[in-house]
Amino acid sequence: MQTNIFIFGQLTDIILKGELTVNDINDTDTLMEHLNKQYPALATIKYAIAVNKNIITKNTILQDTDAVALMPPFSGG
Amino acid sequence: MSENFERYQRQLLLKGFGEAGQQKLQQAKVLVIGAGGLGCPALQYLTAAGIGTIGIVDNDVVTLNNLHRQVLYTTNDIGSAKVVMAAFALEQLNFDIDIIPYNTRLTNHNAIEMIAPYDIVIDGTDNFATRYMINDACILLNKILVYGAISQFEGQIAVFNYGTKAANYRDLFPSPDNTALNCEEAGVLGVLPGIIGSMLANETIKLLTGIGEPLINRLLTYNTLTNQSQQFTISPRQETASLIPINERAFAEMNYEVFCSVTNPFDISPKRFDELLNDTTATIIDVREAGELPLLDFKNVPIPLSQLSQSIPVINNKVIILVCQSGKRSAQAAKILLDHFGGEKEIYSLQGGIVNWKKQHAENVG
Repeated sequence: MQTNIFIFGQLTDIILKGELTVNDINDTDTLMEHLNKQYPALATIKYAIAVNKNIITKNTILQDTDAVALMPPFSGG
Repeated sequence: MSENFERYQRQLLLKGFGEAGQQKLQQAKVLVIGAGGLGCPALQYLTAAGIGTIGIVDNDVVTLNNLHRQVLYTTNDIGSAKVVMAAFALEQLNFDIDIIPYNTRLTNHNAIEMIAPYDIVIDGTDNFATRYMINDACILLNKILVYGAISQFEGQIAVFNYGTKAANYRDLFPSPDNTALNCEEAGVLGVLPGIIGSMLANETIKLLTGIGEPLINRLLTYNTLTNQSQQFTISPRQETASLIPINERAFAEMNYEVFCSVTNPFDISPKRFDELLNDTTATIIDVREAGELPLLDFKNVPIPLSQLSQSIPVINNKVIILVCQSGKRSAQAAKILLDHFGGEKEIYSLQGGIVNWKKQHAENVG
């Protein structure tokens, strides 16, 4: 089971790439825990999470090949 | 009408647009908040398209470093009020419409009155406090909000508060991210707000004329480096309602500046920083990425934020002072180091960053 993660904006300064793949993670809460452990700076930032192009509001079960997007807000104008 | 017919002839030809569409634009009132990178192109196209009434809110003056992206202004305009120069340029483009400049900062004491007469609000501002405030005011007044925001090479666009089951900005970002960088800190290529600002005008024209599929309850992202564009569905959240002030009085009592800023226990003032500069037991760590300016004229160790976690083993001194451009990344760095060292070390972050520190020095000297 594989999850593809797409990283936006300032979050790429932390994860240092725009895309990432993780294996055998069953839901978004577990995914966030996993990423926060690997990239501690991530825990200090607020961002929206989407699963398969839908912004989620609570823990969401992941299926094989689901696409997760991590999107921080932008303030610039 | 003959001059008008000729002016708008190329859009009148469009299927589904025609004279009826032009009439709708002529009757429309659009308020553009922020006459900067996003506001300038949006204003230009809305004016050219013949929106009947356009309000512009901004309290800034034109500066030289605006000109690479704020395309309504010329070198001669430096030092002049943006709304005045924007109105001047737009009236030359199309004398047929009403341009109403508001040379003032939008606050929660004037926002209701200012937004009320308009049909659609365009958010082209450059800070979170104003973005949350505009969102809340549009909900209270039941106005459509066309949202645009940029960072470095990426942009976001969405249409909020449209129709029933409308999503709003807080459904996407319930509370502010105080670490996000603005253009002043992060930099921006002038073309990006050109693209995103033009899209704001496009969404507004679609909403007004009823053509196409505006980005209602959808967030569009665009990356200028990869040319990738994606769309995400935003659903209204039940919890969001509790975040919005219940009426105009509650709105006026909000403090959006405080809501969108944080003072951390590890933040130190520029004055305290100057004192610590003489402390030989302290290490100053510059957490900006390699190549960022200005260069520092005091002793420091450069460790970019992106490499901080890996570099923890080489941080030996007991007193650590973190610095960056604005104080945001150094605050993030302080949290990471505090997580690791706990009370073992004294960890500080220069509040307001190097930009503010330099400014204070210039003021003290001048």
